[in-house]
Amino acid sequence: MSDAALSRRAATRAADETPLAKAIAIGISMAFLAVFFLAPLVVVVVEASGKGLTGYIDAIGEPDARAAILLTLTVAAFVVPLNAAFGLAAAWAIAKFQFAGKNLLVTLIDLPFSVSPVVSGLVFVLLFGAQGWFGGWLAAHHVKVLFAVPGIVLATLFVTFPFVARELIPLMQAQGTVEEEAALTLGASGLKTFLTVTLPNAKWALLTGVLLANARAMGEFGAVSVVSGHIRGLTNTIPLQVEILYNEYSIAAAFALASLLALLALVTLVVKLAVERRGAG
Amino acid sequence: MAFTLAYLCVVVLIPLGALIARAARLGVSGVFAVAIDSRVLAALRVTFGVSLAAAAIDVVFGVLIAWVLTRYRFPGRRIFDALVDLPFALPTAVAGIALATLYAPNGVFGEQLEKLGLRVAFTPWGILVALIFVGLPFVVRTVQPVIEELDAEWEEASATLGAYRWRTLRRVLAPQIAPAVLTGMALAFARGVGEYGSVIFIAGNIAYVSEIAPLLIIVKLEEYDYDGATAIAAIMLAVSFVMLFVINATQSWSRRRLGHV
Repeated sequence: MSDAALSRRAATRAADETPLAKAIAIGISMAFLAVFFLAPLVVVVVEASGKGLTGYIDAIGEPDARAAILLTLTVAAFVVPLNAAFGLAAAWAIAKFQFAGKNLLVTLIDLPFSVSPVVSGLVFVLLFGAQGWFGGWLAAHHVKVLFAVPGIVLATLFVTFPFVARELIPLMQAQGTVEEEAALTLGASGLKTFLTVTLPNAKWALLTGVLLANARAMGEFGAVSVVSGHIRGLTNTIPLQVEILYNEYSIAAAFALASLLALLALVTLVVKLAVERRGAG
Repeated sequence: MAFTLAYLCVVVLIPLGALIARAARLGVSGVFAVAIDSRVLAALRVTFGVSLAAAAIDVVFGVLIAWVLTRYRFPGRRIFDALVDLPFALPTAVAGIALATLYAPNGVFGEQLEKLGLRVAFTPWGILVALIFVGLPFVVRTVQPVIEELDAEWEEASATLGAYRWRTLRRVLAPQIAPAVLTGMALAFARGVGEYGSVIFIAGNIAYVSEIAPLLIIVKLEEYDYDGATAIAAIMLAVSFVMLFVINATQSWSRRRLGHV
């Protein structure tokens, strides 16, 4: 074998891909992301601006749209703090204490992730519907849960349940209990230890979890669609109003409202990226 | 601790219990009676079949994307990396109308594909596109940390021993990431089976052709057929539990085999 052939063979046996293979791999994967992920975002922007700036402002200022925005904000205002409090309590219990059934608890917390949004809505219909467990009692006391705001809040609580706990559990487990023990030994109370040691250590993961839970709470569609009853101006959240407008062929108005949620998604991703960079640096 | 358990019960366990109790009242034969209805059967077949196909496609591109994002350095890498999480943050309804607009017969992609004789919108192909979208981040985010932790020594040893790069990738690296790939695929599949918002706009929802099981639950609810809705939900829930079990099993299998997740 000639020297040139030998060195060529040695080159192909390097522990790395050839520059050509790298370029092809990068090209294919970025093209895939552009087609499947970037294109839908571009479409939202293009379609939302289909009727110009005034059309955009009109679409968002329209009474039913305003009611939908207000309802979405209200639901998130209930859901996110509740689930953040739960996520903190659950992660704290799981990471800092030993008890039987811990693995089962972690699996149960993740459960809503593996349930279809539509099924998540259905369970509340079965509980609070006319033939449901509490349906008769609620009707007798004139309390409306289904097809009203409480039902939407409950369904959203269910689907966003795991987000905060999921972000916090691995982090708090990795951090262990050494710092807490030091604080307790130095005479700090349990509450003071939690507020000055546990919470600051976990604040960035908490922020990421809250952001993801919030994005999902404001954007939830399937579960809310089942329990809301689709009453315009009353029980339509932004995603449900988007659906109605789209099905009525008010495409520009649908995308205008949708663009608010797309913007929220982008902000969520950017902040998440910033938090991760902070963690890496 | 008490708060954790009480909250878990109220928000998650009691509602799911209501579904299981209702399904139990129907019994296995009752659920089966709903499931063998031809429209339900067709919806289940479309849902599971397309979810599996989408998960398989997500594995091919997801592993490639995870590899490229972890191993190579190129301009825009961080932005693309962040973009992978888009389906986690973008509401499904927004993704749904955007994909439907792109692939509609007069849409940017739809028009081109129509010329090639492929109609995507309002067919099972549309469902496939939507499920590829929602499932991809599960594969990428599961495989990425494993690729990051791969020990370069194995690859170097393999190259030193005379293996070509492709053979190293196939025989040395592939087995190490296989458990993560399986987990990611199971997650993508489970998500696809339950997905509703991003699918219904592009699917056209034609009974027997492009109607998915979650939509059929809503159809049954609108007909006040609570038993029918419960039966379909029970089947989907059972599949979710099996998937959860498979995911946990592959993870503990990989822990035993490789000493890490």
